[in-house]
Amino acid sequence: MASETTTPRSFQEIILRLQAYWAARGCAMLQPYDMEVGAGTFHPATTLRALGSKEWTASYVQPSRRPTDGRYGDSPNRWQHYYQYQVIIKPSPPDLQELYLGSLEAIGIDMKMHDIRFVEDDWESPTLGAWGLGWEVWCDGMEVSQFTYFQQVGGHDCHPVSGELTYGLERLAMYVLGYDDGNEMPFNDPQSPIPLTYGDVFREAEAQYARWNFDVADTDTLLQHFKDAEAECARILEQPADDPKTGRRIVMAQPAYDQCIKASHVFNLLDARGVISVTERQAYIGRVRALAKACADAFVQTDAGGYAA
Amino acid sequence: MPDLLIELFSEEIPARMQPKAAADLQKRVTDGLVEAGITYTGARAYSTPRRLTLTLSDMLARSPDLREERKGPRADAPEKALEGFLRSTGLTKDQLELRDDKKGQTYFAVIDKPGRAASEVVAEVLEDTIRNFPWPKSMRWGSGSLRWVRPLHRILCITYDEQGTEIVPVTVDHITSGDITEGHRFMAPGAFKVSSFDDYEAKLKKAHVVLDATERADHIWADATSMAFAQGLEVVEDKGLLAEVAGLVEWPVTLMGEIGEQFLDLPPEVLQSSMKEHQKFFSVRNPKTGRIEKFVTVANTETPDNGATILAGNQKVLAARLADAVFFWENDLRIAKEGMQPWLDSLGKVTFHNKLGTVADQIDRIAALAREIAPVVGADAETAEKAARLAKADLASEMVYEFPELQGIMGRYYIERAGESAEIAAVAEDHYAPLGPSDDVPTAPVSVAVALAEKIDKLAAFWAIQEKPTGSKDPFALRRATLGVIRLVLHNNVFFGLSVAFDSWQAHNPVLAEAFAKRERSISRLPEGQFRNDLANQHKNHVKEAEQMIDGLTSVLGDRFPYTADLLSFFHDRLKVYLRDQGIRHDVIDACIAMEGNDDLTLLVKRANALSDFLKTDDGENLLQGFKRANNILSQAEEKDGVEYSFGADIKFAETDEERALFKALDDAEATITPAMKDEDFAKAMTAMAALRAPIDAFFEAVQVNADNDMVRRNRLNLLHRIRTICLSVADLTRVEG
Repeated sequence: MASETTTPRSFQEIILRLQAYWAARGCAMLQPYDMEVGAGTFHPATTLRALGSKEWTASYVQPSRRPTDGRYGDSPNRWQHYYQYQVIIKPSPPDLQELYLGSLEAIGIDMKMHDIRFVEDDWESPTLGAWGLGWEVWCDGMEVSQFTYFQQVGGHDCHPVSGELTYGLERLAMYVLGYDDGNEMPFNDPQSPIPLTYGDVFREAEAQYARWNFDVADTDTLLQHFKDAEAECARILEQPADDPKTGRRIVMAQPAYDQCIKASHVFNLLDARGVISVTERQAYIGRVRALAKACADAFVQTDAGGYAA
Repeated sequence: MPDLLIELFSEEIPARMQPKAAADLQKRVTDGLVEAGITYTGARAYSTPRRLTLTLSDMLARSPDLREERKGPRADAPEKALEGFLRSTGLTKDQLELRDDKKGQTYFAVIDKPGRAASEVVAEVLEDTIRNFPWPKSMRWGSGSLRWVRPLHRILCITYDEQGTEIVPVTVDHITSGDITEGHRFMAPGAFKVSSFDDYEAKLKKAHVVLDATERADHIWADATSMAFAQGLEVVEDKGLLAEVAGLVEWPVTLMGEIGEQFLDLPPEVLQSSMKEHQKFFSVRNPKTGRIEKFVTVANTETPDNGATILAGNQKVLAARLADAVFFWENDLRIAKEGMQPWLDSLGKVTFHNKLGTVADQIDRIAALAREIAPVVGADAETAEKAARLAKADLASEMVYEFPELQGIMGRYYIERAGESAEIAAVAEDHYAPLGPSDDVPTAPVSVAVALAEKIDKLAAFWAIQEKPTGSKDPFALRRATLGVIRLVLHNNVFFGLSVAFDSWQAHNPVLAEAFAKRERSISRLPEGQFRNDLANQHKNHVKEAEQMIDGLTSVLGDRFPYTADLLSFFHDRLKVYLRDQGIRHDVIDACIAMEGNDDLTLLVKRANALSDFLKTDDGENLLQGFKRANNILSQAEEKDGVEYSFGADIKFAETDEERALFKALDDAEATITPAMKDEDFAKAMTAMAALRAPIDAFFEAVQVNADNDMVRRNRLNLLHRIRTICLSVADLTRVEG
């Protein structure tokens, strides 16, 4: 580990080092989920795989979108599109804290120089009907990760318990690379023939999305999308488990869950458009949670969810 | 006699849970041991972020032997009885003894309970403690089913004396006890053995762990204050934060850092809030200017650069937060300086409660009420209304959105910047007060008017939609609001009838929320399915009926608030609790609540105080007895005769001097009490009442009320009636115990 405590030179090097570190510890290197999500937890590799009795381990980068965080690319530390690095191991190993600290060393944080603290932070996702206990991890007073032992997902008790680590990559990278303005930090190696900063890559798109998210997105269309996703999710789950064409048992938990993800993102967009009142908010969150629960119920009826015929 | 050392070593325990957890460990283990006969002389519990520790000294090595004798059935009792006895004692028939008893030969069971080794008992008790630990929130991990606050890694459990150290074998799920612990996570990684508490504490210190939270806190405070002092500054005291920080570190390293010059003009509350809530920093103040100029943070580790990297990182995080705060502050000031209208408009879109409309609606109600309360508390009505209209404006500001705990405080700054008087600005903060039972109560008249209006509106509104607190459920903090009103009127000596305020609320909110609430309820009860439409149509008629009925009610009630009695009794319940804490008996309060004008709490309490004082005197106590005697005799006679003796008693039928003296005394008392009561001078009225004591006593001493002569008897009963009437005009003494 000590050999790795050189400082990375770029945002992508931090990602590469995390990938290498967790791959070496046996995680399946997954790729981002191909849908718009609010956080890495929404990836079915976390939400669905945390359910049921089967062992599981994965890590991946997840581009995530929070429309209300858009600042037209002007903020040094807020973007409506950002990256999370996600690790999930089920059952949580007894040395998960040590493994996690090793990953910080791997990206150049020297434990002898820094103050690392595990500060109580109980995680809850009202839209996923999920909660867990754990900490936010502080490095010199800054939150660099979320560390959670899942207790419930989609209303189901987690057995065994998954350990989930979520790194906020931009904030972590700004700290490790020493930048106050995230847009200025190098995305690729600054010595490359064509050096690019984080801002070079994303600033323009941030402005475009901020305008669309806040002022242009058609709310009637979005409301319809929400209803459609909700209806499709229900319709998928209403299908009998036995497929009449193949004669096989195929419970379509993940296609249904895609619709749940879609509904959740549309809700976030509607929220950013400011058309959801405080009281309606709770109702929408409840509707997405109902979908998440139904999908969780379906997933435990699948082979991957530990269903045994 | 051996000592005992237990350590439960886990992943990081939330700071706020540590002190209680240490106390719970001590209580559960010692209770269990004592119950099993293992006593000890001393116990101490400790906590750090990663461990709970308990040490007991001079523990009994074995619990004492016990012998228990139990008497069973007689020898000739039916077989069934014997079987039952054998079952309950767990013995066989040949183990029983037959003895001669009064009633003949009887079975006896003699059960010897040999003492048990302490280690056996400790193991049992500890396992039970771990499995049933009262964490406020606990979790499972890995594949296990054991619950702990965070994953539990080690159990250290040893007993030791001059002979040596022994591990107490305990296994909880897959964790087996030992004599091993670990030091500081980063400064001294690795496990080590310990042989006693002294050894444990010393080795921990060497391994950079200060076991005692108080020692850690003292250390932090001493370092922080001397660092600040050296620069002519002082640390803002915060005991809660100190305790929390002491629970976040095993090896406290105190560092003092700079707040960037560009942030020093932020309001001190903003600086303190950002630093405390998010970063757990102490504020460091310049005593000359009162400005917050630096911060103290507490790290958990020593570094080769003496914390320079850590401090730089913390400063950077703080700077980012404060940059946000400056951004909010500047944006907010722009809106504040223009009169805050955009905020007030946007509060029209924020729901206060789905049956009570928006925050803007709430503000309208409060403003109307504040106007009416203002003259009662000596405030100008216009000013009170204006203050009420601005007091919640900051809820729409960016700063309060980001730091909700600054509501009211930011309001004060913004209202001042809007060019309003300090009197009006203060209301933003004051109108929420008092929140806690020991919070200061506002005294400025405008503040009092709006603070009362805010709370009375809340109570009247939630009563109107019938969302009252039930049991432990009080989601809208209505009990707190009630206590707030009580403290506001009492502290400021405000005399005013709550029912007038409720009616005034009603007058300003003529649409009976009740009608709305009823309709809501019945619609939500509609079933799903094919009959839905039919039912909906049918239901429309019901709604109409209900509305008509309520219209009717409204016309009968006029502008009277329909829930006054219920809400008042809620107030009286709170008041009883409040006064009981001040040493006034509940029956004394009941005697005063039974009187007219009980919706004026200040008056009510004045009466209760006077009565309470009065009853503590000899005269008071004796008068109460005299009153009760008079009242009992009278009530019995009235019941027996089926009439009320309320005709004027006439002195000319008096036969004795004592009787005549009582007539005279009652006349005198009445002459004083009636005007005194009119002036609400309870003390004077009660002093006058006290003067009745001697004549009443003398009367009962000398006179037989139920005289043979009917005329004399009736006259005496009518005289007793005068005692009753005069006394009851002061307080309902029938409700006073004793």
